[in-house]
Amino acid sequence: MTSRMLKSWLSPLIAFVGMLVIGVVLDQFFNQYVQLIILFACTNIILALSLNLVNGFTGQFSIGHAVFMAIGAYVSAYLSLRPEIFGVKFTMFPEAIDYLNYLVYAVCGGLVAAAAGWVVGLPSLRLRGDYLAIVTLGFSEIIRVILLNTQAVGGARGLFGIPRPDALALGPLTLSPFLVMYVLASFWVVLTFLVLWRLIHSVHGRAFLSVREDEIAAQAMGINTTQVKVRAFVISSFFAGVAGSIFAHSANYLNPSTFGFTKSVDVIIMIVLGGMGSLSGSVVAALFITFLPEFVLRPLQEYTHIDFRMVIYSITLVLFMVLRPKGLFGSREISDIARSLRGERSADERAS
Amino acid sequence: MPEKAPILEVQDLNVHYGGIHAIKGLSFDVREGEIVSLIGANGAGKTSTLRAISGIIPYTGTIKLLGRPLTGLQPHEIVKLGVAHSPEGRGVFPNLTVLENLEMGAYIRRDREGIRRDLEHCFELFPRLKERISQKAGTLSGGEQQMLAISRALMTKPSLLMLDEPSLGLAPLVVAQIFEIIKKVNKEGMTILLVEQNARMALEISHRAYVVETGKITLSGAGSTLLHDRRVIESYLGA
Repeated sequence: MTSRMLKSWLSPLIAFVGMLVIGVVLDQFFNQYVQLIILFACTNIILALSLNLVNGFTGQFSIGHAVFMAIGAYVSAYLSLRPEIFGVKFTMFPEAIDYLNYLVYAVCGGLVAAAAGWVVGLPSLRLRGDYLAIVTLGFSEIIRVILLNTQAVGGARGLFGIPRPDALALGPLTLSPFLVMYVLASFWVVLTFLVLWRLIHSVHGRAFLSVREDEIAAQAMGINTTQVKVRAFVISSFFAGVAGSIFAHSANYLNPSTFGFTKSVDVIIMIVLGGMGSLSGSVVAALFITFLPEFVLRPLQEYTHIDFRMVIYSITLVLFMVLRPKGLFGSREISDIARSLRGERSADERAS
Repeated sequence: MPEKAPILEVQDLNVHYGGIHAIKGLSFDVREGEIVSLIGANGAGKTSTLRAISGIIPYTGTIKLLGRPLTGLQPHEIVKLGVAHSPEGRGVFPNLTVLENLEMGAYIRRDREGIRRDLEHCFELFPRLKERISQKAGTLSGGEQQMLAISRALMTKPSLLMLDEPSLGLAPLVVAQIFEIIKKVNKEGMTILLVEQNARMALEISHRAYVVETGKITLSGAGSTLLHDRRVIESYLGA
């Protein structure tokens, strides 16, 4: 156990603890509506982070991210509603440690989404260019229509009564169901960030970047570009599935229309706004896109009695793109920006 | 000079783009320790030839590396067998630093010690790259990017180095520098297949050269011989 190892675990730990503190505040002082929005924000952060791996870091263009979220959400919800599937009990932990079941659901949802990502990605990522966009768009419509017509998952009515984790007794403390769900969501947010961060800064991550930068040159370096692209896509799909699972157990209700093209576009807006190739940018933008309509525009509408939420929303986006065409952070991370604010010049700036 | 073993043998290479027969039965070889040039005008099929060797585009005919046919292999597998391709237009990774670009060159290698040595060697060849080690490749000058592209190709530790138009878009002085380095790398034992429009520079450093015209080889011989060949002078070198 070296100090270096400690250091590398420190920031995620601090992030997690910080999120917990926020959670306690939310639990004590805010209503259910705000709490739900916060859980959706966690979902959106995971979606944005994972899509950034494909669109931002690997330079591909997927426009159907919501479909993997849908798959994760439905799988997770379905498992939680059935006592037994194919003779396997997915709700395997007793009530006292009920929250562990939700980790199982999320992982299962993620794995099925990842498998779907592999099936979709393998043929379309062999080709260069816009095929992935077309295929992901088509695939997301197919899945949406299938969900809409499958009575086992509620069809057009949607899936009701999806359980939430129970309150958790920890000695003298009792965590509310919201707090348990929030801790799970925070755990996945931090884990997603950590995994993607580590990945991008590894040798494999360089391979992702080099595919984005110049695919022919990447091949000339001995990189199996198809394999690299599929790998990125599968990892991305997994986390989208996890995000879906969090969404399902936060909302307690699923409807196929939630996962339409608009949802995919929302996630794309988040990563473009935050900066393609910036993980911290994705987080900030996901929060912004989640909070702006709910916490700023909705009160504004209630106050003025004019529904111009979508007008302001669109104008904000246009302004952002005019003022910061590469997104909030470009391809930089929040740590780079902090460094340059402290007056240390980064390598890029030295160059010019 | 006794004939050395061929590193690369290309026999009856044909490439089609849609209905266009771009390369029509090209045959040539590159022997150990040689610099061999393919010279010719724009669209003659030089770049396509390199791409076929690298497995990037489909072809018919045989391409053998050290006697082993490369047919049906994926580009990344061909790199592992020892063919380095520095693509036309340099193809550096603009948002990665110089060092990261060079590390990508060593992507297929696992010998840390050897990688470190080769990195040092690249910096000896191109001290400019060492000065710019943490700078993003996109911010380098054209000449420096070309140096980086060549170094990055060398980092794969190839048995054949293929350079596609290293003089493209560079000032004459820089071109001369680059060609000096190519010569030096060759002196150290690297076998090089060079594709160039700048025929004079190419022929001056080549042991042998082939003139490619609309997908066929029309002339071949020693570099110094072709440099004085009437037809070459008229078509490619100017009076």
